[in-house]
Amino acid sequence: MYVSRSLFLPAVALAAAVLVSGCGTQATTSATPPGAATPAASPSPALTITDPWVKTGEKGMTAAFGTLVNNTDKEVTVVSGASPLSPEIELHEVADSGGKMVMRPKKGGFVVPAHGSHELAPGGDHIMLMGITGKVEPGAEVPFTLTLADGATVRFTAIGKDFAGGEEDYRPGKDMS
Amino acid sequence: MEPFHGSHQAGVATTPQAHAAFLGLDLRSGVGREAVGRMMRLLSDDARRLTAGTPALADTEPELAVLPARLTVTFGFGPGLFAAAGLADSRPASVEPLPRFAIDKLESRWNGGDVLVQICSDDPLTVAHALRMIVKDARAFTRVRWIQRGFRRAAGVRKAGLTQRNVMGQLDGTANPVPGTPAFDRAVWAGGDAPAWLHGGTTLVLRRIRAELETWDAADRVAKEFTVGRRLDTGAPLTGAAEHDPPDFARLTAVGFPVISEYAHIRRAHSPDPAKGIFRRVYNYDDGLSAAGHADSGLIFASYQADVAAQFLPIQRRLAEADLLNEWTTPIGSAVFAIPPGCPPGGWIGQSLLE
Repeated sequence: MYVSRSLFLPAVALAAAVLVSGCGTQATTSATPPGAATPAASPSPALTITDPWVKTGEKGMTAAFGTLVNNTDKEVTVVSGASPLSPEIELHEVADSGGKMVMRPKKGGFVVPAHGSHELAPGGDHIMLMGITGKVEPGAEVPFTLTLADGATVRFTAIGKDFAGGEEDYRPGKDMS
Repeated sequence: MEPFHGSHQAGVATTPQAHAAFLGLDLRSGVGREAVGRMMRLLSDDARRLTAGTPALADTEPELAVLPARLTVTFGFGPGLFAAAGLADSRPASVEPLPRFAIDKLESRWNGGDVLVQICSDDPLTVAHALRMIVKDARAFTRVRWIQRGFRRAAGVRKAGLTQRNVMGQLDGTANPVPGTPAFDRAVWAGGDAPAWLHGGTTLVLRRIRAELETWDAADRVAKEFTVGRRLDTGAPLTGAAEHDPPDFARLTAVGFPVISEYAHIRRAHSPDPAKGIFRRVYNYDDGLSAAGHADSGLIFASYQADVAAQFLPIQRRLAEADLLNEWTTPIGSAVFAIPPGCPPGGWIGQSLLE
């Protein structure tokens, strides 16, 4: 699958108009309770993600990053992620295991404190795409859906960015538990 | 801080910053309209963030982004971009390589380019960081054709808005229209006859002009002033007392010769119609020394005008035909770009052409 703006236009349009713009606003998401009409209809989204981006790649694994922002006075937990780009997606952490930094699924998901934020960044927590089915090109707009512990979903579009870092983390069987 | 968004791109009417990097890029083969659009979204986003003093997306050196020092990032499209994007019909007619001039000694390493990125800031480390981010996001789509770095007087060492000096010691840009005036707007911003997508934009002619400092040293001050038609110290025309006194091209000496020579630079460069003038936003370069101690110095001559054919070319033809200064200046690089209009928040540079 070739990931391009045009292919993902419907998904992008669903996510929010600001997503398609390189010069655009930073906050790009809204959490939607199951069955709610549209993300935009949600007056005060529980969770947003700021500056979402995904490392470019041709095949295999890659990862998505950004800053999760909790707009409520209760803890919010992200329990899973999905994208048409990769059938399998895991929520990962980078952690010390016996003196070695390894990448592994994060037990319990990403917990975002009340009115707080949680950064997803190379070398830390990230959304792991286990096997992309098409290229992620620079500037591509890749739709994601996160599911929260209460079943609500958060849609966002991540921008493809060339990035040198985190490379060895993405090699299966090397540093992965 | 210089605002990124607006009807015009920043970096044209902006009071020139002390440091500049001009980057010429060529599109890789196979990069067409869709990919150029993706690239311009990425680069516009980098520019929007960095000019505001915030890190670029996925910035590996975010600490370098916090002092923008009036950073501007300005984008231009060369003739090759229009062809690659299948938009040849949208190319302004005079955005094409300049005709050959007899004075030119152009070197291919300084010529042409499909994409221009002009990065200016009062802080050279800020320029370096912005250039690094831009190049990292551009290189999947482009190859670097040339990089030209330039400088003016450091920020804050004298009153802002004064005419700067070039490496030949001359005040350079006295006749410029003043940003914010109707004369500037008419001379610089494209409208009317230009393609609709370019309205609010402009064009850039970028010439790399070597200063022949060894022979210039051999000329005495009287000869240097006669060549240009201005005093070296004040910049006043030879017929006046102050820099901005209008030159009196008709005045004759006691023995009947023009005080400002028929071939003086300011007479040859003068456009009687201000709307046919150009806006020069120049930077000096001083890039090396030969073993013999000879300088590689000169001017990165950035000329902005609404229309290259109507404004730049008539002046350039007069200069090429007969300008005493040609003895000491040699054009060694030449490139022409359309400078798209600015973009509103939520937009990106080039959207009016590429989307």
